[in-house]
Amino acid sequence: MIDSNFISKCKNIFGAENVLTEKADLIAYSYDSTPGIHREIPGVVVFPENTKQVQELIFLSRQTKTSIYPRGAGTCLSGGPVPLSKGVVISFQKMNKIIEIDPDNLTATVQPGVIIADLNNAVSKYGLLYPPDPGSMATATVGGSVAENSGGLRGLKYGVTKHYIMGMEVVLPTGEIFRYGGKTVKNVTAYDFTSLFVGSEGTLGIITEIICKLIPAPKYRKSMIAFFDKLEDAGKTVTDIVRAHVIPATLEIMDKVTIQTVENYAKVGLPTNVEALLLIEVDGMGKDSVEWEAEKCIEIIENNNGKFKIAETDQERDSLWAARRSALPALAQVKPATILEDATVPRTKLVDMLVSIQKIAKKYNLLIGTFGHAGDGNLHPTILIDPLDKDEMERFHKAVDEIFEVALSFGGTLSGEHGIGIAKLKYLKDEIGRSGVETMRRIKQALDPDNILNPGKLVPMED
Amino acid sequence: MAKTVFDDLETLKRELIRCMKCGNCMAVCPIYNVEKKESSVARGKIALGEAVLEDKINIDDETLVKLIFNCLVCKSCMMACPSGVRFDRIILGLRSAIAKKKGIPFIKKVLFGLLKNPELFDKGMKAFATMQGLFFKKEDEKTRTPKGFLKQFGKRFDDDFVLPELTKESFRDRVNEVMDVQNPQANVIFFTGCSVNYFYPEVGQDLLYVLKRNNIRVITPRNQNCCGMPVMVHGDIETARELAKKNLDIFEKTDAQYIVTVCGSCGSALKHEYPIILEGDKVYEEKAKKWSEKVYDISTFLLKAIKFEPPKGKVELKVTYHDSCHLKKSMKVFNEPRQLLKMIPGLTLVEMKKPDACCGSGGSYHLTHTDTALKIAKAKAEDIKQTKADVVCTGCPACMMELFEGIHRWDGKCKVLHTVNLLAEAYKKEA
Repeated sequence: MIDSNFISKCKNIFGAENVLTEKADLIAYSYDSTPGIHREIPGVVVFPENTKQVQELIFLSRQTKTSIYPRGAGTCLSGGPVPLSKGVVISFQKMNKIIEIDPDNLTATVQPGVIIADLNNAVSKYGLLYPPDPGSMATATVGGSVAENSGGLRGLKYGVTKHYIMGMEVVLPTGEIFRYGGKTVKNVTAYDFTSLFVGSEGTLGIITEIICKLIPAPKYRKSMIAFFDKLEDAGKTVTDIVRAHVIPATLEIMDKVTIQTVENYAKVGLPTNVEALLLIEVDGMGKDSVEWEAEKCIEIIENNNGKFKIAETDQERDSLWAARRSALPALAQVKPATILEDATVPRTKLVDMLVSIQKIAKKYNLLIGTFGHAGDGNLHPTILIDPLDKDEMERFHKAVDEIFEVALSFGGTLSGEHGIGIAKLKYLKDEIGRSGVETMRRIKQALDPDNILNPGKLVPMED
Repeated sequence: MAKTVFDDLETLKRELIRCMKCGNCMAVCPIYNVEKKESSVARGKIALGEAVLEDKINIDDETLVKLIFNCLVCKSCMMACPSGVRFDRIILGLRSAIAKKKGIPFIKKVLFGLLKNPELFDKGMKAFATMQGLFFKKEDEKTRTPKGFLKQFGKRFDDDFVLPELTKESFRDRVNEVMDVQNPQANVIFFTGCSVNYFYPEVGQDLLYVLKRNNIRVITPRNQNCCGMPVMVHGDIETARELAKKNLDIFEKTDAQYIVTVCGSCGSALKHEYPIILEGDKVYEEKAKKWSEKVYDISTFLLKAIKFEPPKGKVELKVTYHDSCHLKKSMKVFNEPRQLLKMIPGLTLVEMKKPDACCGSGGSYHLTHTDTALKIAKAKAEDIKQTKADVVCTGCPACMMELFEGIHRWDGKCKVLHTVNLLAEAYKKEA
């Protein structure tokens, strides 16, 4: 319960300037980027500046049984930071220092509120790279993306957030401060806590410091775009490239609806009579190996009846990427609202999934443009709707149910990179079954016996 | 008249619904960058608009009003928005609704009333120019600093505050209403804007010089009004509409082919805001649209509308260019000024780190939200300092004032000039 006593204690802990209590201010912390989910206006918002304050808030919340909703920049696409009760939002936007960059151990130690793009700008001075690159990286925080285990365009070759976390400081729901991991490449002491806390969506602990792994930034890259008259040819190109042991840094697909919409609104010079396009970028440290990989890709594109353009200069690369960058903005022009899903299937089921989505769009009379990370099977069916049209909203909900059903039937997953949060909670059992849900409950109860940390997210506590 | 977002909040729903809350605006909002609060940025204010329409909070809630006025209307968010949310309409619509519900504060009412009467406004400005010594000490020919007692009226008026000398003889008093040339290439209206008229008359004079060299006939209507932008951003749409109509009437009386502006805010008011605020007006909607197409910033006018004669005189200066928000983000002018600068012999153009980051002026924002504005201005001043340029050049007199202040405050040595100042200098050095 949040009462005046709770708020005055918050002001003692965080300082009055770091506590928001006015309704208008609180409304601005009642959402993230997820459309159409239940949400409440929080009772208070606090901005910590150090770990001790986070610990004190946990003690206070345990005493008063108050729900805590941790928040980075609020760009989550599954409802992670959204309050479900008049609890307390703990927002990390002001705890945003890069504590250390260690170019010899290839690590960066950061506070959770550091913006991902800022971290990359800082490490680029050493010729280094922090590879996870979610679409929101210019805004999203490292802490938020660790909690959500965010992916990105480079996922196929470089992996996702969990592959780049070497250690953390976490304040547990019981108030203990816990550090694990460090700067060593190898560390098998204790459980693998990275696997536990990365992607825990703020339900198991509040992350207060993160040790990130860095890699040398690739020196060379080559981009190309390929067009296909048949969806099957595009799909086969994707699998053939990987079969030829070329792992592109980017391997993106766009379907016909998306291509036509992009061309209609952005006029970037795409042919509108093709079924699919692939945007491919190979990169690496050696010029010759990058050239070889690019040649291999071209050979495969040609064998699969594709036409291609290759970028020789940075300017040409930019113009190829314009197509991908315009995908979401262009689709967003068609209808008042755009809802982005992220059902993911094994690479070999890519075409089946695309065809199924097209069928679902037809069945429910909806406009769905699909683009996404073809290389890792992570598609973004983007459903274009008018939220004020009740009939369309009903059809939309049915279509989403069906998209998830189909993805699971292909051996895929509900979410490749957006998380479960509130948005996909009702589908969870369909993927991991009763025993899976029970296991999650046991873990949650063991770490958070009072259920104060982000309750109602990721772990369905009741059937 | 049809209902617009300025007259009926319900019509805002269609605008608000486009926002996906993706947060791309957070990466570019100068205020969010300083304050790190959700309510600082477009997406937060959109959520507030939604809450008002859902009856979760009142439009005249004291905190809400403060938050809605905490925006520079720089339109950076609109450039980064993937869904094309028209945030300018949203923020001005909300402010207009606030102004209607709460009324306009007394002091603003007096000032805005004055703007509607150009003769009275002109007299007021000149009276103030003769009395400015009572409030602001003279530092040198062109610089003044506030006297101690002004501190009680605003944090900004501290010992480091400077502003340019208010001229006793306004620009429009100095020049003839028509500048005739033999066989003109074009016949244009020069919309001076208030800042040029009262603070930077030399920008106006240099503009006339540049146009004369390019054989352009120029009409400078003496009775032109304020463009309306300053009142519009405070939600006083009725006054803005009145000013817009008066200006359109004045344009209609001429036979001009173009309107030339030297101020990003005036230009964007004429080009973009007039058609929006006069939407549905039986008489003026068409006029606003017609004249909107004739509005050119001086740089695009020289390079796109006429045959431009590049200056041959040498100006050996290292210059960095600051993009005015309204010039770049509203009028979409950013290439042409740079092109012009590069055409000046001897001049070297060096880019600063974020040339299109807001200077922090935002009209009166820098007086009403001093703490945030100063942090924005400081970042700009430091970016300029790093270039080691002799001159920072821009296309908007409001930015010029803010840059001048920032550079003075943080010990920069850079001079602040308008693009036309440098062009005129290059022409003058030809002989």
